[in-house]
Amino acid sequence: MATETARTLQLRAPLTEDVVRDLRAGDEVWLDGTVWGVRDASLIRFFDKGQRPEGADFEGAVFIHTAPSVRMEGERYIPVSVGTTTSMRMDRFTRGCLEDLGARAIIGKGGLSQDSLQHFATLGGVYLSITGGAASWETLQIEEIEEVLWEDLMPECLWKFRVRNFGPLFVTMDANGTSSYQQVKAHTQAHLAAAYALLDD
Amino acid sequence: MLPRYIQTGSDSLYDDLVQVSAGLYKKALTDLPPDVRSAVNRVAEVEVGGARTRLDVMVKSIDVSDRTGIIVCQDTGICVFFVKLGTDFPVNGAKLIDALRRGIAVATKEHDLRSSVVHPITRENRQDNTGVGIPDVHVEFVDGSEELEILLVPKGSGSENMSYLKMLSPAEGISGVKRFVLDSVIDAGPRPCPPTVVGVGIGGTADLCAGLAKKAILRPVGEPHPEPEVAAMEQKLLAAINATGIGPQGLGGSVTSFAVHVEYAATHISMNPVAVNIQCWRGERAAATISSDGAVSYGY
Repeated sequence: MATETARTLQLRAPLTEDVVRDLRAGDEVWLDGTVWGVRDASLIRFFDKGQRPEGADFEGAVFIHTAPSVRMEGERYIPVSVGTTTSMRMDRFTRGCLEDLGARAIIGKGGLSQDSLQHFATLGGVYLSITGGAASWETLQIEEIEEVLWEDLMPECLWKFRVRNFGPLFVTMDANGTSSYQQVKAHTQAHLAAAYALLDD
Repeated sequence: MLPRYIQTGSDSLYDDLVQVSAGLYKKALTDLPPDVRSAVNRVAEVEVGGARTRLDVMVKSIDVSDRTGIIVCQDTGICVFFVKLGTDFPVNGAKLIDALRRGIAVATKEHDLRSSVVHPITRENRQDNTGVGIPDVHVEFVDGSEELEILLVPKGSGSENMSYLKMLSPAEGISGVKRFVLDSVIDAGPRPCPPTVVGVGIGGTADLCAGLAKKAILRPVGEPHPEPEVAAMEQKLLAAINATGIGPQGLGGSVTSFAVHVEYAATHISMNPVAVNIQCWRGERAAATISSDGAVSYGY
């Protein structure tokens, strides 16, 4: 839900805490720089198994909930399709991503819980929503797969993508306690009686 | 007519079926059905603000896939086949199912598709989008037909995870059924990638009911149930769902679902089952018809 003060911003990842805390729900963001692909299996390895990949720095990182299709060309992985998965499955890892790894933003679809909203406020993070299902559009904005860690988890490895003009992303959970998903939920609750009435009329 | 597949067990038939299955998988993931395209275009015109932006991205991604062959959504899904087998089409059913399975593996390798299928206990991934019981193959028989119709739905997990079943009591009536459908869509919220098609199964047994909900999403988007009373119920459910304001991607807007499709079966005097199966906006499906002379035509 856009607000009157919604802005369109071009940002470069990694992000600083100041930049992230300035973002407001409703802002439209286009991103350049590094985005790390994470998903169920890689997050389970980080936080349930306590493992860390060697040589990776996640300070200020932007994470994206994804598991792409790729092909090999020589020694390199080439993106075939990079899209975004439903974030809520990975909700319990939000705090670890921010606090332990240093991430500042999570790109996904469908949003995260109120607990995660609290972590964004406390630790300085945001959730950026992407249009789910529109992977072909997204794939063209991936310049390169720079690195792949934990390849044994294929396709749920750690993917280091370099993106250019990646978007449109919308800030839908900000560091000030505002969640667009909560706003929509409130709207639905307010219209629930009317919706039920339509069932039987 | 001299059927090319005159003998049951003809090798060329099963080789062809592998290719048809592989072709359907790629087609379903890249070439959205015309009814889905028009639904997306229609909603893009009625939404405003951020919802409009999100619909525009969907329109652009369909266009990118048409131009580049990149699959629309990265989710290669879990493959479900719906086969209508003419009783006069000469085929060994077990070999047919095996050929469909092999086709999925062939397409996965050939097109570098992500393997989305794992063992449910060990989570081991065979890297070919198949596994025990997957692809899921449903077969219906068509008496006297010489054709074989194959419909493939590589169902995405975002929407399939938003599946619901409840064994209501008869006292809760059809009113309870309708409320359950609305409550399920509200619970799913942004997660199944709205605008969606909501498939509803009513009646039968628990598993039949869930299967009917899945069958309901196969219908072209918005095609009403042939029985007017059922079609009227579909419209009421759609109006109620769109009154929630969940909207595209669950971020607010006037269209949460493109359509509601209902399928039903008879049930027991003391049962009142209802199931919901949701299809994401991408609405992937592809179909092929094979005649007994070997001609193959593709559709949706």
